[in-house]
Amino acid sequence: MNSYHLDHLQYLETEAIHVMREVAAEFERPVLLFSGGKDSICLLRLAEKAFLPSDLPMPFLNIETGHEFPELLEFRDRRAAQLGAKLLVRTVDDAIAKGLAMPKPGVVSRNQLQTPALLGAIEEFHFDCCIGGARRDEEKARAKERFFSFRDGFGQWDPKNQRPEIWNLYNARVNQGENMRVFPLSNWTEMDVWEYIKREQLEVPNIYFSHTRDCFRRGGQWTPLPPDHTDTTKPDPYAGARPKPNEPIKKLVVRVRTIADMISTGMIESPAESVDDIIAEIAAARVTERGTRADDRASEAAMEDRKKAGYF
Amino acid sequence: MPHPHPIELLRFNTCGSVDDGKSTLIGRLLYDSKNLMEDQIEALERSADITGGGQINLANLTDGLRAEREQGITIDVAYRYFATPRRKFIVADTPGHVQYTRNMVTGASTANLSIVLVDARQGVIEQSRRHTYLAALLGIPHIVIAVNKMDLVGWSEERFLEIRDEFEKFLPRLDTLRDVKFIPMSALNGDNVVDPSKHTPWYQGPALLGHLETVHIASDWNMSAFRFPVQWVNRPNNPTDQNLHDFRGLSGQIAGGLVRKGQPVIVLPSGLRSSIKEIWTHQSAVEEAFCPQSVTLCLEHDVDVSRGDMIVGFENLPGMGSDLQARVCWMHQRPLQPGKKYFLKHSTQTVQAVITSLESRINISTFEPEPHPPELTINDIGVIRIKTAKPLVFDGYNTNRLTGSFILIEQGTNATVAAGMLTAPGAAVKLDDNDFAI
Ligand SMILES: Nc1nc2c(ncn2[C@@H]2O[C@H](COP(=O)(O)OP(=O)(O)O)[C@@H](O)[C@H]2O)c(=O)[nH]1
Repeated sequence: MNSYHLDHLQYLETEAIHVMREVAAEFERPVLLFSGGKDSICLLRLAEKAFLPSDLPMPFLNIETGHEFPELLEFRDRRAAQLGAKLLVRTVDDAIAKGLAMPKPGVVSRNQLQTPALLGAIEEFHFDCCIGGARRDEEKARAKERFFSFRDGFGQWDPKNQRPEIWNLYNARVNQGENMRVFPLSNWTEMDVWEYIKREQLEVPNIYFSHTRDCFRRGGQWTPLPPDHTDTTKPDPYAGARPKPNEPIKKLVVRVRTIADMISTGMIESPAESVDDIIAEIAAARVTERGTRADDRASEAAMEDRKKAGYF
Repeated sequence: MPHPHPIELLRFNTCGSVDDGKSTLIGRLLYDSKNLMEDQIEALERSADITGGGQINLANLTDGLRAEREQGITIDVAYRYFATPRRKFIVADTPGHVQYTRNMVTGASTANLSIVLVDARQGVIEQSRRHTYLAALLGIPHIVIAVNKMDLVGWSEERFLEIRDEFEKFLPRLDTLRDVKFIPMSALNGDNVVDPSKHTPWYQGPALLGHLETVHIASDWNMSAFRFPVQWVNRPNNPTDQNLHDFRGLSGQIAGGLVRKGQPVIVLPSGLRSSIKEIWTHQSAVEEAFCPQSVTLCLEHDVDVSRGDMIVGFENLPGMGSDLQARVCWMHQRPLQPGKKYFLKHSTQTVQAVITSLESRINISTFEPEPHPPELTINDIGVIRIKTAKPLVFDGYNTNRLTGSFILIEQGTNATVAAGMLTAPGAAVKLDDNDFAI
């Protein structure tokens, strides 16, 4: 009897595959948001499992800020090609040119501008559903997010008025112009993601593993040094995001824990060289014995968590 | 390797009235099992600074939602995650009060276990009866009655037994409850939450977390009758690849029982018969599969099957019909009105449905039905009859939560307005001897 039982990753997997197939069955023009980051890497494997041997019944979409890690773009393009998927790329630059997005004076980060760019792409391609890799354990607001998260004609989420989600019966109905965001990884934690990457032997971009990199300190985090400004016929895309004289550059052994773009991502000092190392690092970061155990392989992330746990 | 053994997932929800200690209990579970996240710790620090003396209030851990309550925002279900070396846990936290029934139904619908909190000083109050009733209605396999604040009643065994007796007076009327456990505790001090208490030598059972880690959940899924709602037809449509050219798979999540290669099956509602040629998981064919795995089945014969059909085995046949009875929990501001048309989503199919009659509204404090109310309003539980435009292939909710449940969707707005639990069919579907595979 006991062999007819799923472990936690198998359970999360079957739940996510069910969600993916509901999308394929219920929507006319779904799209999968693929950035090349660890969560969307899991999404891709789940999509393979949900739909093979058929071709994936949806294209991939990525919104570029223009400040991407080159390693990530290379990985993204390669994975999409391996799967024979159609990869659509829209950029914040396009959105600005079309007047969809308005940069705020003095703000270098383009994180905020990704939203209008995404909404522009949804309108351009008439997508009625976007599959994303968000997880509920990421932050408080996400903890209330549904698997099928309804967006009105303006692309807005109304947390006060969400559709109740009961059993595994997802209400996927939208009217013209409205759309749905679907999050198959809703119930996954950061640990689950890495354990799944390990079990499925998924390739991840090498910036997740420790490497030597020039960084400078800004906003309380180690920011990667942007690439040189070579094409001087165009304005420097990283203007304002380069180190100032009082921000000395340091060569550090770092990795990324979550990836945004080069301006918004904080590098963490870490010796983690493999998926196993990362799993051990996350385990230590979360369940450290109130800072009493001095672990000499501890990374900066683990240290931070531990310092805070030290209050108790 | 951090996890040498397979780790199971247990989903639970917590129910309690205001101030029974629900937030404190969840905070205590997260804290004592060392599952705090950075932002939660920060929130704790901040509040400890405010109250002074560095005294930490565990309830603040889960009280993102309390702030919302103060701001008058609708209270909703939030999900939390924690793990021990033995199990992973998903907690559905439903702090609503006004909308309690709706939120609890949502949070409990996927739960293996419900924790019903009781304040030891107050004993069984109306809310306790409601929560227990709802847990029974939703067919939650395991219930824990957490008798909290035992420190305030002097750790009295007598008081604990009194409360247990009060429950046991009405539990027999909730006949779907199979496994009910009573645990005396103090969430505030952590007694019998993660660590066994020194104050309750008279209590021989496990602490709450120990129980959550060991309660037997392997048989929470229906394993006795094969049910496979067809979710998506997998046709590679690849003219060049000889193997794929003829591939026609039926993808879906097994909603009950097991399926084996070679097993004879029936497609309902058509009644067409075939057998299982192949069972595919990812990139490999397997000999058998079970609920709740997501798989792709290939049938021996090229019968007509599409999304919304149900493939079943020959044993324990389901019911089939378009005139159905169900208990519903109403979830929307606009009340249920008999005669109104809705979309009904059941397993993988959505059909038009009309509510033909509202038979009763259940008083969830007395458990008594009140016949023929004019309408059901938000948070009401009632019994309805419903007629669907196409027959449903279904089981009673008490037999199978996945094939016995449905939601109602309002036409036009597409709002989800009700959660429905089907009454067991009067008889199983009758198979016509002439139904053969072509
Ligand atoms: N003495 C005592 N107080 C408790 C216990 N559990 C919770 N409380 C207190 O009861 C009050 C309400 O608790 P809270 O967790 O906010 O209740 P909720 O409204 O159910 O979430 C708080 O002041 C808690 O400190 C307990 O086991 N013993």
